[in-house]
Amino acid sequence: MTMAAIQKVLAPTRLEQALAALALPGGATVLAGGTDLAPQTEAGVRSYAARLLNIRRVEGLGGIQSAGQEIRIGATTTVNEIRRSALLAAVAPVLVEAAEHFASEQIRNAATLGGNLCNASPAGDMSPPLLVLDAAVELAHWQDDAVQTRRVPLERFFTGPGKTVKRPEELLTAVVFERPAPGFVARFRKSGPRPALEISTVSVALGARTEDGTLHAVRVAMGSVAATPLRARRVEAALEGRVPDDAAIAAAVEAAAEDAKPIDDVRASAWYRGHLVRVFIEEVLHDVRRD
Amino acid sequence: MMSVETEIRFKLNGREVCLKVPATMKTLAMLRERLDLTGTKYACGEGECGACTIEVDGRTINSCLMYAIDCDGRELVTIEGLRTPQGLHPVQQAFVDHGAVQCGFCMPGMIVQARYLIENNPGLTREEAQRGLEGNLCRCTGYTKVLDAVQAVAGKAGCGGHG
Repeated sequence: MTMAAIQKVLAPTRLEQALAALALPGGATVLAGGTDLAPQTEAGVRSYAARLLNIRRVEGLGGIQSAGQEIRIGATTTVNEIRRSALLAAVAPVLVEAAEHFASEQIRNAATLGGNLCNASPAGDMSPPLLVLDAAVELAHWQDDAVQTRRVPLERFFTGPGKTVKRPEELLTAVVFERPAPGFVARFRKSGPRPALEISTVSVALGARTEDGTLHAVRVAMGSVAATPLRARRVEAALEGRVPDDAAIAAAVEAAAEDAKPIDDVRASAWYRGHLVRVFIEEVLHDVRRD
Repeated sequence: MMSVETEIRFKLNGREVCLKVPATMKTLAMLRERLDLTGTKYACGEGECGACTIEVDGRTINSCLMYAIDCDGRELVTIEGLRTPQGLHPVQQAFVDHGAVQCGFCMPGMIVQARYLIENNPGLTREEAQRGLEGNLCRCTGYTKVLDAVQAVAGKAGCGGHG
């Protein structure tokens, strides 16, 4: 095992300084809440770069804002800030719901949204609700003496367990999504052996615009059923433009079995995950129908 | 190879502290090994049990996961900081009065967390207390007396102290 050989600790207040550090040879390990970085480095499954870059003091990286039709959640926003946000409770309660069931109060006070996404766990609790909100992540890097940013749809951000399209010199600065249209409904379900501090066995989110009882622009996302959180395209197709009656729900449940590609692991068997995901799809649709 | 040391300044239980810490040292290790504040306990070391709970800038966190370098400029309160000149903190006294303490190992974290919950929600219900204490494991009490103690303090705080 290689010992930590951090040569420099940085806690900049300006984004430019943080990005400049990431662009240096040898790069930097980004620290925010530490709730994933600490256990992963202690267990030896992750090692440190030459610099440890604490981004918690970088101005402009925190907070939840609404600008025009866009909602912007800064990368260092904690899960509890999401949970207590009046703005999010009004425009995207599904995110508040996911935050509500995230780990424990102590972890929620430390863990950041940016960290949860960059950790890229297939079980990451914030991913399914953000996928149904059609969120994008903003990635920034320092080049030609300026901050360069690009936006990547969250659906294309994850490439495998712990892997994303973010390059080492890039920093995830914010998550953005369009304010949901009137009539938008969304639901989130997760499961684990106990309600708190549980890495989801399976999670499901559903979002759609309802108009005279029919579902439009249906988005369904699943966690812990593949190498990355994913959009369940077959379930979406089974529901698009339909009233969530028994036949539509049955079609969606059947499609769920095709979208989900779960594996056996220490937390659950593939069979059980496949079963749960079908149950959750059925539950969220019954729930939406009742509204 | 030793990693670089960084000088940090912060407020700890009301006093200014300045010290140098290694880059990867966690706040829990700093408290126990550098500052001799051994009230905060090490148990799981990965944020599952809450024995290391402390308050930072008014919010409780698992000090086993918090990098000591991130304490710079912040305000920490540990179990040692709860005692008042008059004696035990009301939450500590309630835990004693309700027999909520058995082996005691989880209690510093449990009490810091309970105090934080009550201060942020003075009239909290038993269910809210249960949810707020989800991140604090106790292997002997079965939690019933812990919740009784929390509810007794919350009831007083919320209803102006009758009973």
